[in-house]
Amino acid sequence: MKPAVFDYSAPESIGEALDLLAEHGSGAKVLAGGQSLVPMLNFRLARPAHLIDVNGVGSLSYISANGSLRIGAMTRLTAVGESGAVAGAHPVIPAAVAEIGHRAIRNRGTIGGSVAHNDPAAELPAVLMALDAEVTARSTDGERVIGMQDLIEDRLFDTTLGDTELLTEIRIPAAAAGSTFGFREFARRHGDFALAGVAAVITTDGSTITHAALGAFGGTHATRLPTAEAALVGAETGDAAFAAAGAGAAADFPATSDVHGTAEYRSHLINVLTVRALNDASGQAGGGNG
Amino acid sequence: MAENMSVVINVNGAGRAVSVEPRKTLADAIREDLGLTGTHLGCEHGVCGACTILLDGEVVRSCLMLAVQADGAEITTIEGIADGDDLHPMQSAFSEYHGLQCGFCTPGMILAGIDVVSRNPDPSPQEIREEMGGNICRCTGYQKIVESVQAAAAVMSAEGGSA
Repeated sequence: MKPAVFDYSAPESIGEALDLLAEHGSGAKVLAGGQSLVPMLNFRLARPAHLIDVNGVGSLSYISANGSLRIGAMTRLTAVGESGAVAGAHPVIPAAVAEIGHRAIRNRGTIGGSVAHNDPAAELPAVLMALDAEVTARSTDGERVIGMQDLIEDRLFDTTLGDTELLTEIRIPAAAAGSTFGFREFARRHGDFALAGVAAVITTDGSTITHAALGAFGGTHATRLPTAEAALVGAETGDAAFAAAGAGAAADFPATSDVHGTAEYRSHLINVLTVRALNDASGQAGGGNG
Repeated sequence: MAENMSVVINVNGAGRAVSVEPRKTLADAIREDLGLTGTHLGCEHGVCGACTILLDGEVVRSCLMLAVQADGAEITTIEGIADGDDLHPMQSAFSEYHGLQCGFCTPGMILAGIDVVSRNPDPSPQEIREEMGGNICRCTGYQKIVESVQAAAAVMSAEGGSA
């Protein structure tokens, strides 16, 4: 239960961090909040030759709401969850952050770390997928912007980031006027990893749903729920559409069996949770930019 | 073998210099290098909460940080919260309300409890249970822990919310 030996660097600027990544490449691992990586080091599931600790890179920690919402990769989850700017732009984010671990975890854990680690049971990759977020990745070769879908693909505990790339920013487009959200997950205990969970963001034109984006977690990988979304767009809000979306969610969800529950049970959960999340979202309608 | 690094950590109000391997967790450094064995290690992967400390005033798991990351930081451990022989109200309440049996989880419980009350001076039993769900006790069944935190909250609020 002690980490294996590694070399350690603590760069103070993005440039220094990128130089270190260029030098050490696949032998290096970036240490963000450490709430997933340090347990893996302790268990020796991860044995990087070189650890690049970016906690000292102050320029990676910020929240900027100016049109789109931009969040620095090293912004702590507590800061994200308590930010008025984040809550104002996308209230589904603080709703999801509140379910991540416990206060002590959120005080260290970072939004970029959560995305880059891409635990299939983590809330944020799925939420950010539903919000059509993009991330900025930088290396000594330059910068590129990657959509969440392309970052995650069907991967778990891995992303399409290159070995020498550093995830620096999460950028989330402004919500459509009048959009509302629901966020539901089921975990055996508060703060545990969810067996299944879903973030739903819908926009209605009166009572007709004009846009629906659903992201699910707790399966084999974070994913959008296209069948559920298709069942909603153009439909009237209400039990019939929500039931169809729940069934669609169960069809889309990459459920898996483990000691905590069977795939069949998880598929049932995502169906029920989707209906509840949509009812939550529908209940906010008329309540302004939810 | 990576070379040792020198770090200075402000522990319970006093600057302490230690020389540690980069791979050493803060929890191990607190116990082995600083000699403060009140911080307990249960699971060593961030699940049990026994190693909870305050880092720059915020509650964190010391097993999920490296000691080298605490260079220049201020940390508070269970040894740092009493005022001489005068127990912190949270400690007194755990004693008075039987908030412990074996005591293994107690340092983490007390620091987590102080953190809860510092943000919410009058927490309900439900709020205490939610906030302290990350600290596991295998003896008490939690009822007495919740009562202890509530009792301490009343005392701390009366004293002006000192944490």
